Amino acid sequence: MKSTLKLTLGLTSAMFASTAVSNVAQAEDLTLCWAAWDPANALVELSKDFTKETGIGMKFEFVPWTNYADRFLNELNSKGKLCDLIIGDSQWIGGSAENGHYVKLNDFFDKEKISMDDFVPATVVGYSEWPKNSPNYWALPAMGDVVGWTYRKDWFSKPELQKEFKEKYGWDLAAPTTFDQLKQIAEFFQKREIDGKTVYGASIYTERGSEGITMGAMDVLYSFGFKYENPDKPYEMDGFVNSEKSVKGLEFYKALYDCCTPPGASNSYMGEGVDAFKSGQVAMHMNFAFTWPGLQKDENVGGDKIGYFANPKGPDGDQFAQLGGQGISVVSYSDKQEAALKYIKWFANKDVQAKWWSLGGFSCLNAVVKDPGFAASQPYAQTFLDSMAIVKDFWAEPSYAPLLQASQKRFHDYVVAGQGSAKDALDGLVKDWTEVFQDDGKM
Amino acid sequence: MTEAGLTMLNRTADSVARATPEPLARKVRGISDKGLAWLFISPTILLLLAINIFPLFWAIYLSFTNYRANRPNEMVKNVGLANYRRILGDQDIWIAMQTTAHFVFWTILLQTLIGFTLAWLIDRKFRGHAFWTTIILVPMMLSPAVVGNFWRFLYEPQIGLFAYAISFVTGIPATQIGMLSNVSLAPWSIVIVDTWMWTPYVMLICLAGLRSIPEYIYEAAEVDRASNWRQFWSITLPMALPFIMLAVLFRGIENFKMFDMVNLLTGGGPGSTTEVASITLKRQAFESWRTGYSSAFAIILFVAVFGLANIYVKALNKVKQR
Repeated sequence: MKSTLKLTLGLTSAMFASTAVSNVAQAEDLTLCWAAWDPANALVELSKDFTKETGIGMKFEFVPWTNYADRFLNELNSKGKLCDLIIGDSQWIGGSAENGHYVKLNDFFDKEKISMDDFVPATVVGYSEWPKNSPNYWALPAMGDVVGWTYRKDWFSKPELQKEFKEKYGWDLAAPTTFDQLKQIAEFFQKREIDGKTVYGASIYTERGSEGITMGAMDVLYSFGFKYENPDKPYEMDGFVNSEKSVKGLEFYKALYDCCTPPGASNSYMGEGVDAFKSGQVAMHMNFAFTWPGLQKDENVGGDKIGYFANPKGPDGDQFAQLGGQGISVVSYSDKQEAALKYIKWFANKDVQAKWWSLGGFSCLNAVVKDPGFAASQPYAQTFLDSMAIVKDFWAEPSYAPLLQASQKRFHDYVVAGQGSAKDALDGLVKDWTEVFQDDGKM
Repeated sequence: MTEAGLTMLNRTADSVARATPEPLARKVRGISDKGLAWLFISPTILLLLAINIFPLFWAIYLSFTNYRANRPNEMVKNVGLANYRRILGDQDIWIAMQTTAHFVFWTILLQTLIGFTLAWLIDRKFRGHAFWTTIILVPMMLSPAVVGNFWRFLYEPQIGLFAYAISFVTGIPATQIGMLSNVSLAPWSIVIVDTWMWTPYVMLICLAGLRSIPEYIYEAAEVDRASNWRQFWSITLPMALPFIMLAVLFRGIENFKMFDMVNLLTGGGPGSTTEVASITLKRQAFESWRTGYSSAFAIILFVAVFGLANIYVKALNKVKQR
């Protein structure tokens, strides 16, 4: 009887204890919001270490890219408590800082001795600072990303193609270093029969709905001389956005779309680009670097068959690339800000960042990317480094959404629908952007 | 109802009345029939007010402001009629309205012609007509999301069956048939899908109209030796006309606010070729976050649909009274 009583008491206590522990854990669970893509899966894996170290459970809310901005900007605008931590797009930083969605991290960084000097400078400006180039930090650089190119190394190295290419263009078929070369290669491969299949020159961004064509066109325009504004007079755009060089850049993008993309590629973004490359349709493929680990592992086009190159140079030798990627922020409406800050502190740690890179995330920590072994750690690591050194980003103003909508419309109308000229499109863009800034009282 | 049934009902009502506590019964006795009716319908009215009427008035209020839903901390200013003026003077909005009108016109025309023809054929009651009716109705039963995705693959120039079928007939290479990427073809690609999906609906309404025509009228026409053609123009069409007009009204209202199919198939592109009014509205409201401006646009669309529908209903009533 006595032993039965002991057993019953023991079991009951154990039951209560386990319930209590799980309740505590649940109360401390953090929810991290991000896009549903490969790096998010790597983050889930990585975060298990955080739970192990701190006992704080992690829940994740991942939304596909197509709905990512709508879903989370709605969440932030309605002061929702769903996300304790959010990895928000780089262009959200202005709006999220000015509208009070993110917690300012300066005091926390000072207290925890987290220095922004330890991170790649472009990522600090792109993902953390608002106003730009001022020491006001709203996020920790989390996922470095940039638009670059992959190409079919196996096709490029076919002797018969190399010979034919050299005869036609007078230089060796290799990864292009200028946009002119890129177009020549794309033209060379367009509608060519390779291994019994018709292939095409290049997959580029043409998507209309969210941000696709803007990311693609800007990626080219920067190197042609496009500037968002007068460097000496903020928001003065006439003569910069629609400069002659910018017009040439946009004409080039349209020419590339017209001559060298697969049929029907009029609404193509990250997913469609990956599909086109993986299915062996294209010789070259413009996409964000986050797609590279997946492509490298692909059985059909990965391994030795794939090569990488940074955005080529423009006619004057300028070389820039469109920044992607995001920083991690603490949501100001969260009731668990302390635990969320603990996560950021843990995430900033060098070992964690090194593991983040090894799992498929793109670390922004200097100690990781400047490690002597980094460039050789993955076939795409050097291209990532080269690309991150030349980044430029779209407006990160609180009004980035209408600014983006305007460029999406102007670029798509000209590049894909062929309406008007490049000059018309860029003049129209200046007009639209001026209206937005006038509405904001900035002009 | 039989007498036994009525007795049972009275008994049940009596027992419910007896079981009602006296204070409550006294209160209910004091309510008039009209009051009781109001009591019963008030939950529905409240719900309607909360989810339909209040948002409408709120949108009207917002349409006179510079409110932006993504800037909760910013002061909301009254801008008077500025949003309305801006919309009515915006060339892009007029282009979107023209695109919508083009889409509504062609879908209604095709759906009415094909729908009525199908209904007329099905009404012949040939062998297996019930089976074919069910088959014809299938597209209407599918979700627009499924139809949109499914047709996007069919239109695909490299692997799509539609492109191959056209290629087979015309000899044009399939890869050159970019239904969704070609500026001239993209609007028609949406018209084709909407017609494929919603013609059965028009057919059903027309069929109901055709079946409501009494047989004796045709018999009388036969006695008068009226030809089939004459019977069609003098009996079938005029008597089915109110039903056809009803189908046109329903489809017109639906297609004026068409969003899902356009969004799934072209997203408004290439360029802005298929950007109908609802896509523009969504972009302004939830991508550019111009809440005041988009509220004004929504009100303009609402007034336009409401006004046109009213004129149309009056015409429908006149036809019915003939």
